[in-house]
Amino acid sequence: MTTAAPPLIRQRVETSAARASQVWKVYGTGEAQVVALRGVDVELERGRFTAIMGPSGSGKSTLMHCLAGLDSVSRGQVFVGDTEVTGLNDAGLTRLRREKIGFIFQQFNLLPTLTAQENILLPLAIAGRKPDQEWFRTVIDTVGLGDRLGHRPNQLSGGQQQRVACARALVSRPEVVFADEPTGNLDSRSGAEVLGFLRRSVTEYGQTIVMVTHDAVAASYADRVIFLADGQIVAELTGPTPERVLDTLKSLDRPAQLGTEL
Amino acid sequence: MLRATLKSLLARKLRLVLSGLAVLLGVMFVSGSFVLTDALGRSFDNMFSSAMAETDVLVTARPAIDVSELEGESVPGMLAAADRDAVAAVPGVAEVVGVVQADGARVIGTDGKVVASFGPPRFGANWTGETGGLELREGRGPTAADEIAINVTLAELSKLKVGDRVGVLTTKPKQLFTLVGVFGYEGGLPGQGPVHEVRFTEPVAQELMLGAPGAYTSLDVTAAPGTDPAALRDAIKSRLGDRYVVQTGQEAAAAIAGDFKTILSLFNNILLGFAGVALFVGTFLILNTFSIIVAQRTRELALSRALGASRRQVIGSVLVEALAIGLLASVLGLAAGVGVGALLAKFAADFSSIVLASIGVPLAAVISAFAVGIGVTVVAALLPALRASRVPPVAALQEVATPDRPLTRLTVSGAVIGALGAGAIAFGLATSGDAVMWLLLGGVLATFIGVSLLSPVLARPVVSVLGRLFSWSVPGRLGRLNSGRNPRRTAITAAALMVGVALITGVNTTISSADRSLRGDAETGFQADLIISGQESPGVLPTFDEALLPRMRAVPGIGTVTAEYNDQALINEEPSWAAAVTDLPAVVRDLSLVTVAGSLAQPGPGEVVVDDQNATEAGLTVGSTVTVKLPKGEPASYRISGVYQRVPFYGGFIFGTDVVPGMRFPQPSFAYVRLADGADAAAARTGLEALLVDSPEMLVEDKQQYLDRELGEGAQLLLMIQILLGLAIVIAVLGVINTLALSVLERTRELGLLRAIGLSRAATMRMITVEAVVITLFGVLLGVAVGVGLGAAVVQGLADEGLKTLAVPWNAIGLYLAAGVALGVLAAILPAIRASRINVLTAIAHE
Repeated sequence: MTTAAPPLIRQRVETSAARASQVWKVYGTGEAQVVALRGVDVELERGRFTAIMGPSGSGKSTLMHCLAGLDSVSRGQVFVGDTEVTGLNDAGLTRLRREKIGFIFQQFNLLPTLTAQENILLPLAIAGRKPDQEWFRTVIDTVGLGDRLGHRPNQLSGGQQQRVACARALVSRPEVVFADEPTGNLDSRSGAEVLGFLRRSVTEYGQTIVMVTHDAVAASYADRVIFLADGQIVAELTGPTPERVLDTLKSLDRPAQLGTEL
Repeated sequence: MLRATLKSLLARKLRLVLSGLAVLLGVMFVSGSFVLTDALGRSFDNMFSSAMAETDVLVTARPAIDVSELEGESVPGMLAAADRDAVAAVPGVAEVVGVVQADGARVIGTDGKVVASFGPPRFGANWTGETGGLELREGRGPTAADEIAINVTLAELSKLKVGDRVGVLTTKPKQLFTLVGVFGYEGGLPGQGPVHEVRFTEPVAQELMLGAPGAYTSLDVTAAPGTDPAALRDAIKSRLGDRYVVQTGQEAAAAIAGDFKTILSLFNNILLGFAGVALFVGTFLILNTFSIIVAQRTRELALSRALGASRRQVIGSVLVEALAIGLLASVLGLAAGVGVGALLAKFAADFSSIVLASIGVPLAAVISAFAVGIGVTVVAALLPALRASRVPPVAALQEVATPDRPLTRLTVSGAVIGALGAGAIAFGLATSGDAVMWLLLGGVLATFIGVSLLSPVLARPVVSVLGRLFSWSVPGRLGRLNSGRNPRRTAITAAALMVGVALITGVNTTISSADRSLRGDAETGFQADLIISGQESPGVLPTFDEALLPRMRAVPGIGTVTAEYNDQALINEEPSWAAAVTDLPAVVRDLSLVTVAGSLAQPGPGEVVVDDQNATEAGLTVGSTVTVKLPKGEPASYRISGVYQRVPFYGGFIFGTDVVPGMRFPQPSFAYVRLADGADAAAARTGLEALLVDSPEMLVEDKQQYLDRELGEGAQLLLMIQILLGLAIVIAVLGVINTLALSVLERTRELGLLRAIGLSRAATMRMITVEAVVITLFGVLLGVAVGVGLGAAVVQGLADEGLKTLAVPWNAIGLYLAAGVALGVLAAILPAIRASRINVLTAIAHE
């Protein structure tokens, strides 16, 4: 997705939900220096489901963290919607997270003191916004949690908890939802439910989702898969199937390490 | 992962430091008290022995009346001139100096006010030359009847200069003198201790201070060269007989120092009492810390059990940690205590102008520091250690889960212990005797422990109600939920705060109830329009010249002026106050006294009236006789002519004016004034005040002013207690900080999540602050509830003493709640900053 001569920003804004431009990320200095990202250019289209894959240490998580404004970049620019993330202070980042970003993490996604419904509505409550009742109903129905709304997280199964987290990420209709190994802690059936739900939210409601995963089956739910190795984008698939994803992974430099990544 | 480990270690260190600090502060208080009283004790020893350095034998009269052994207060007895001559005739006596020295010489400073003393005596004495370490600094000693010399302490306070005309109040009304000299003592000291001293010529001192020409309070004997003081003492003793105390100079110094040490040790015990409260509160903090540490180490402990560690080994590992903390805190606390004690001793020595003896570390300080420091820590860690030993090995294999253990056992034992405590208090207040003190102490302690055990059960409902106050915002709601999350932890943290608040509230409730009861009775009973009185100080009863009475009655607008004279007396061998009035029917009317038996007409010579309570206790009825010994004069018989009903603000024996000559201050100390109908109150008052110009201690007040001033002492007591309980509150706040720091640490990932979904830094800080405020408010509420309960119990128990109404100090309680909020905000500062700085990425993204 690199372009030699970048078109006008305005045009990009209309099509991309998030974008990285010549992003470098360097940890440490001197001997101990580690380059996690080497001039990554990527554009994530609106209304699509993008998966980021790569071996351990390829920089895929770093890329997502940088895109989401969780981590700072050493060089380059990051945009979410029409907002430049790079250079925002803490207050700006907080506002960005409130208004434009939704998160789903691998684990520890919910506040144990709040019920499922309260957890789902928490971002809106924090931002001081009123929930759109119709949309809330839609989200709840889609994730199939209607009868579990009054339960606390410790009364829910892992899959249910993750569906609550998905609902929370979607309820504020963010510009983009970042999911970091959302099925990493789930059995395959619960994982499939969560992924199916993410897929539907893209197809039916036009949500933009970016997901980091090491699971080929999970990646096959995406519209597009980006492969990273050594901090660079090395391959890309559209319309992936598990087999094609696995083939691509095998063709990459260090496929043997895939299984060790957690 | 390493980072998380390091962080948790560091955080644990912080927690250990905080709980160690609680012990350290308590130990510091304990050992500081010992060091302070030890240094002061030895300093006063030195002072008294240097004052007695030139005295070989000291002859003193036995006290006429021992008023109170506790305060060492007594009415001095007297020796006659003949006794001096008798002593001088004893072989081996080189010189006898008659000493006149009595408390109660008040100098009027350049500002027209009496130079106040914060407690030490204001001696009036005879000039005996530059002996006993006395050194003239300026001028000369008094030689004429209207000349005085004063010590440097008094000169500095009064700002008087040699040559000034000085008014001095003694047992006689104000007299004017010329200041001819200022003296100090060996070693550049301004006085012997903080006392004020006025030296008159001998006849004047005898007349003004003792009211008895030729009398002395002691004889200072110098032995002839080669005479053994002890042998001389025995010789003098056999000459004088049993009427007097004869001691060698060293014995006398030791005796005075001994009396003084009794007071110091009382003072020390009071300080230790407050230190005990601080340590008790510290126990909660340590208990909490170790419970938390054990909970966090559950898997580690389970692993060691799985690897074959015995339960005893697990208990041992926890206790060793406690021992180490206790030991370290004791050492540091002792060092800090020595420092603080030395500093306070220095301050006290400067303040009371004595030479500070070297600072020592008494063995008691060392022993108590270690016993208390290690003892408290280990005892507090015992429960958590036992809990640790019950961790099943299988816990190592499970997810760390700390299920909410049921609170039933805790609640039941709390209720039982609390009820036992309340019972002990009730029983203690109802009985009398030596056990009362212990019953009350044990009762209060048990009540505190009981309520602490009950507090987890109370935490849920109370915290949820309290939290509603803050639930209008998302951070507030989250904070409330967090504080309700671990009721045990919230409860024990709040309970620590409860202790201090309960004690303060209890004292305040008692004082304000006493205030309300007395005020209520006095407001209806007091019928006098104006009261003339002076503020009492130790050893001095302010009086005014009785010659003023006719002139007062002549002031326009004045109806009646009834004077009252007061002094201590021995009545049937019991120390008691004796009052003499000029017109009993007027007093009966002005104080609304009610006749119980006999007549309340003015008692004639040899007659006395008494209140019903005293009459019952002493088995007196109208017509029975009592033996009355006044400070001056011989015992005499008085017949009870009437009995009146005691009121809370007035009671005791009331004589006619025939007893006045036997009193040390044979002048009126009170007067009840009635205005004539339609009189101009302000003008009448100004008239009275003008007459009292030579008695600057006397005040003319209306009923309200008089009551406010008399009852104001309770407020001072309260302030003192609040200051001394401050340390207990500080330790409780350390506990709140500890709990919050822990919450922040435990919830790092949760905080990261919240930040990730848009919670701002400021909101994060607000959330932590709400949690803190909910905890402190809960603690203050518990404390207020327990404190009002304790106060009510005391009021109930003292109902016989006239405490009829329970007055809950609502204003003060409001203040305590506000202070609770402030403390919560204060305690939250560091943990909140820490929480707001949490890096979202490290908190969430990495395991």
